[in-house]
Amino acid sequence: MSTTDIHHEPPPSGADYLAMQASPEFAELRSRLRRFVFPTTAFFLIWYATYVLLGAFAHDFMATKVWGNINVGLLLGLGQFVTTFLITGLYIRFANRELDPRAAKLRAEMHWVEQ
Amino acid sequence: MNHVTLLAAEKLGNPAVNIGIFVAFVVITLFIVIRVGRRNTNAAEYFTGGHAFTGPQNGIAIAGDYLSAASFLGIAGAIAVYGYDGFLYSIGFLVAWLVALLLVAELLRNTGKYTMADVLSFRLKQKPVRLAAATSTMTVSLFYLLAQMAGAGGLVALLLDIHGRAAQSLVIAVVGVLMIVYVLIGGMTGTTWVQIIKAVLLITGAAFMTILVLAKFGLNFSDILGSAQEMVSKATTKGVSSRDVLAPGAKYGTTTTSKIDLLSLGIALVLGTAGLPHVLMRFYTVPTAKEARRSVVWAIALIGAFYLFTLVLGYGAAALVGPDTILKAPGKENSAAPLLAFELGGTILLGIISAVAFATILAVVAGLTITASASFAHDVYASVLKSHKVTEDEQVRVSRITAVVLGVAAIGLGILANGQNVAFLVALAFAVAASANLPTIIYSLYWRRFNTRGALWSMYGGLISCIVLIIFSPAVSGAKTSMIPDADFHWFPLSNPGIVSIPLAFILGIIGTLSSRDTGDPVLNAEMEVRSLTGVGAEQATHH
Repeated sequence: MSTTDIHHEPPPSGADYLAMQASPEFAELRSRLRRFVFPTTAFFLIWYATYVLLGAFAHDFMATKVWGNINVGLLLGLGQFVTTFLITGLYIRFANRELDPRAAKLRAEMHWVEQ
Repeated sequence: MNHVTLLAAEKLGNPAVNIGIFVAFVVITLFIVIRVGRRNTNAAEYFTGGHAFTGPQNGIAIAGDYLSAASFLGIAGAIAVYGYDGFLYSIGFLVAWLVALLLVAELLRNTGKYTMADVLSFRLKQKPVRLAAATSTMTVSLFYLLAQMAGAGGLVALLLDIHGRAAQSLVIAVVGVLMIVYVLIGGMTGTTWVQIIKAVLLITGAAFMTILVLAKFGLNFSDILGSAQEMVSKATTKGVSSRDVLAPGAKYGTTTTSKIDLLSLGIALVLGTAGLPHVLMRFYTVPTAKEARRSVVWAIALIGAFYLFTLVLGYGAAALVGPDTILKAPGKENSAAPLLAFELGGTILLGIISAVAFATILAVVAGLTITASASFAHDVYASVLKSHKVTEDEQVRVSRITAVVLGVAAIGLGILANGQNVAFLVALAFAVAASANLPTIIYSLYWRRFNTRGALWSMYGGLISCIVLIIFSPAVSGAKTSMIPDADFHWFPLSNPGIVSIPLAFILGIIGTLSSRDTGDPVLNAEMEVRSLTGVGAEQATHH
């Protein structure tokens, strides 16, 4: 098959999708994605909830001075920024290494060509 | 407090300069919108800009969409007069983007075409699910729209020195008409460029002001905090001087109810973003899931940086302008950032910041209008009313008519709501998005068993519970700060319904699904799952 023929491939049929869904490579991609995003989501939601709970109920603790006028509340708040940036960076690295090559391989198997 | 600031509280800067800079913004953006508008030849162009924006471009536009006047003026102002509790807001708004990045953006881009409902109805019954999704899209967009338009009135009073009701209404109408023109001519391409220009101006302006504030205090943030607390402690406005603005509690700390209210607000903020239809629609403007991912990364970087700037600006405004002057100004706490701009850079900087604030309202309202009108044309008209027997050109035509109707309605409501306390509407829009949209988005992307009944119960349950709870909350009646202060029909103690309505919507989705024998179409389920994760079958960019 020459490369020009690929553009004229018919779109994948229902059977193609069912076969792909059942394939071990697809299961691998799905489970890698889920094993990263579900625990990470749980982590940042719990960390955020802890922070909001402290903000709502532990005023004295949050007001504890650490350095000059900088207190625990401010450091924890800035910590939310740090973890958000960190998780973003980690996810990018993970997606570039683990998800993109696998998804590209499966697209090729289904003869799906992006313009 | 110095003499200049006192004068500024009565008449800020030179209204002619403010108007002049704003007119320059309008002329430049209109020129761009007309140029790119010529490309709006088909539906994909009009609704998504041909899926042809790059990740960074879209990321900047998302930041432009997200950093509304409420974010900029509201958060800086809240920090200036309440301190830490204002900062809590911005953290919720930022962390929320992780939900969009990790769970929603890429899979949504791979699965949908123009609207949120494309994804939600993919493997479920088209008509009822699209109708529900369009209903919640239009509800969220309307609340958001109304909050922006009502805020415009206060801004006019402050920045253009226009205090008459009729003159303010005229300015609101001008803003509305301009917005309609942007949407009609530019479509999604034009709207996106307006967002990009506005975001660059807003973020650069805020960065510049942040540097000026830090320079005044020798780059010592602790000194800014100290001066801010000092100004607050010696404030003469009732109830202000006792506040500890460096720790949480000044706004939400007094009673257990208000503490739970803060928690409820926090939940809605963090889960709402990934369910906001105008944010979701932006993911269709890029060609691939990878570009959608890059968009969110750019958005997180810009929005995060911006909220760090507002932290400095808010405390800077408290330290340099002082809460008394801010609260006496026409826009009250919303005037903190403009007053600070005047204090730092005089008439010109104030003019720039004012123009940016107007541009913000204009751009955000345009983004909301195109989202709501696309949903009506694509989901309600084409799918529900005409059973897909309409051409895409027809959808664009209906969408344009809807945009005009929505624009006129927004002008009317904005004039009626001018001066009303509608600030809670933005928080409500987040709560509705988190209750009515997010559970169904997550379930339809990650839970194969999920079915039509689960989607309908979750969407309508979330939407209705959210709105009913807000109607019977102290935000609407029964308190001095209520929308209707003279009446009292409230029985729900919280102003933020999220803590009840969001879990309820998630649970209704599960009960609805499991109580129905419908397990869906295995072929459609397979197509959606494969498509969402690999990008096979995804909509392609129409030009480069």
